This record gives sequence, C-alpha cells and structure tokens, in this order.
Amino acid sequence: MDAIKQNKDREYQKYVSAKMPKTNILRNCTSAFLVGGLICVIGQIILNIGRNYYNLDQNSAATFTTIVMIFLGGILTGLGVYDDIGKIGGAGSIVPITGFSNSIVSPAMEFKREGFVLGIGAKMFTVAGPVLVYGIGSSVVVGFIYYFFVR
Amino acid sequence: MEYLKAFVVGGLICVVGQILIDKTNLSPARILVIFVTSGVVLGALGIYEPLVQFAGAGASIPLPGFGNTLAKGVLDSVNQEGILGIFTGGVQAAAGGITAAVFFGYLIAIIFDPKTKR
Repeated sequence: MDAIKQNKDREYQKYVSAKMPKTNILRNCTSAFLVGGLICVIGQIILNIGRNYYNLDQNSAATFTTIVMIFLGGILTGLGVYDDIGKIGGAGSIVPITGFSNSIVSPAMEFKREGFVLGIGAKMFTVAGPVLVYGIGSSVVVGFIYYFFVR
Repeated sequence: MEYLKAFVVGGLICVVGQILIDKTNLSPARILVIFVTSGVVLGALGIYEPLVQFAGAGASIPLPGFGNTLAKGVLDSVNQEGILGIFTGGVQAAAGGITAAVFFGYLIAIIFDPKTKR
C-alpha cells in the first residue's frame, strides 16, 4: 500500500518537474527578451532625438533619455498599462529604467491613503530606496578603492 | 543596425534577469539591487562602458547602465577633484535620473489612482 503511494508520489513529482519549469523558463525568457529589447529600442529612438534634434553631447543625450524613459514608465504605470506590460514581459519590464520608475509610482499610488508624507513620500522608495542605497553605496566603495589603491 | 544592437543587447540583459527570477525565486526588488550593484562593479572595471558604446540605449537603459553611470561619475570626479569626488561624483552623474524619478514619481502618484485588478 505504502509502496504504491510512494511510487505514485515519485511519479507525480517527476511529472511536475518535467512539466512545470522548462516550458515556462523558455517562454518567459523569450517574452522578456522581446519586451526588454523593445523598451531599449524606444530608448534608442529617444537617444537619437536628443542627439540629432537637440544637439546634445553623449552624456547629456544619455541623461535626456533616462529622464524621458522614467517619465514614460511612470505615466504608463499611472494609466495601469505598465502592469499589463509586466504580465507579458516579466524581467523585460523590470530591468529597464522604466521598471525603476514603475517601482516608484506603483507603491506610491497604492499607499496614497496613508497620507502625503508617510504614504506617498515614504512608499515611493520601497524598491527605489534599496536600489539607491546599494547603487550609491557601492559607487562610494569603488571611489575609495580607486582613490587609495589604483590612482 | 543601431536599433538592432540596442534590441538584442537590451533584450539579453533582461533575459539574465528573467533567468535569475525563474531559477532563484529572487524578488524583483532584489533583482534590481543586484543589477545596479553589478553595473557599478562592471562600470568600475571598465567592462560596461564598451558595451554602452556598442549597444547605446540597449546597455544604458537596463538598470546596470544606471550603476555604470554612478561608477563612471565617481571615477571621473576622483580624477578631477580628488578625495571629495568619492562622495560627489556618483550622484552628480546620475542627478538627472534620480531627480526625474523622485519628481515624476511623486507627481504621477498624486494624479493617478491605482487601477482595480482586472
């Protein structure tokens, strides 16, 4: 009796592991590739607009692109469109800078009723806070190493 | 060609994130932190900038590009201003993005309400 049950359990586990992740990972990666790639193409279009129409140098054009993409990501989040993009794109919608602004706007809207200071003001940084802490923090570490040991 | 390079490189960086999510069950917040930090490290080592030169927005729009901007800013400022640059360079270089994120994020959160889940 027990042996049959165990056997069944094992078969079921095999069935689950064979069925579940592989197809999903391939599909998820394909859609992440497409969505993430498309977002970067939009970024490239904006970068070229900055370079060609506003005659920005390389650094300014990159900053201009970042600002516009953050704005677009924020607006699409506000309109509820970015959630739909995220459902399709997975990491393709999280990793680009538009995902960074999505991570700011989304909790800020959600916690609006908790007030302007501890609601919006604080919850904006639920994800963006850690990103800035670790990004800026590690850049300072890099600066120390560079100043004292490399230069 | 420029757009194809941006598409492929940007897409591939996102695939790395997708594999991390699917294989390790890391939350998106952790993915973003890992990507920014690795962008800083790759930027400091001079590995990421050639990728930006090659793929343009395909490398600068994904979050490691933000880390690369921070690292590049610190190195440039240390070269120009010395020790103070350690603290001023990073945010100076990323100022536009950070300020846009704070300002637009706040404004948009005030104007729009969350949509009910469909």
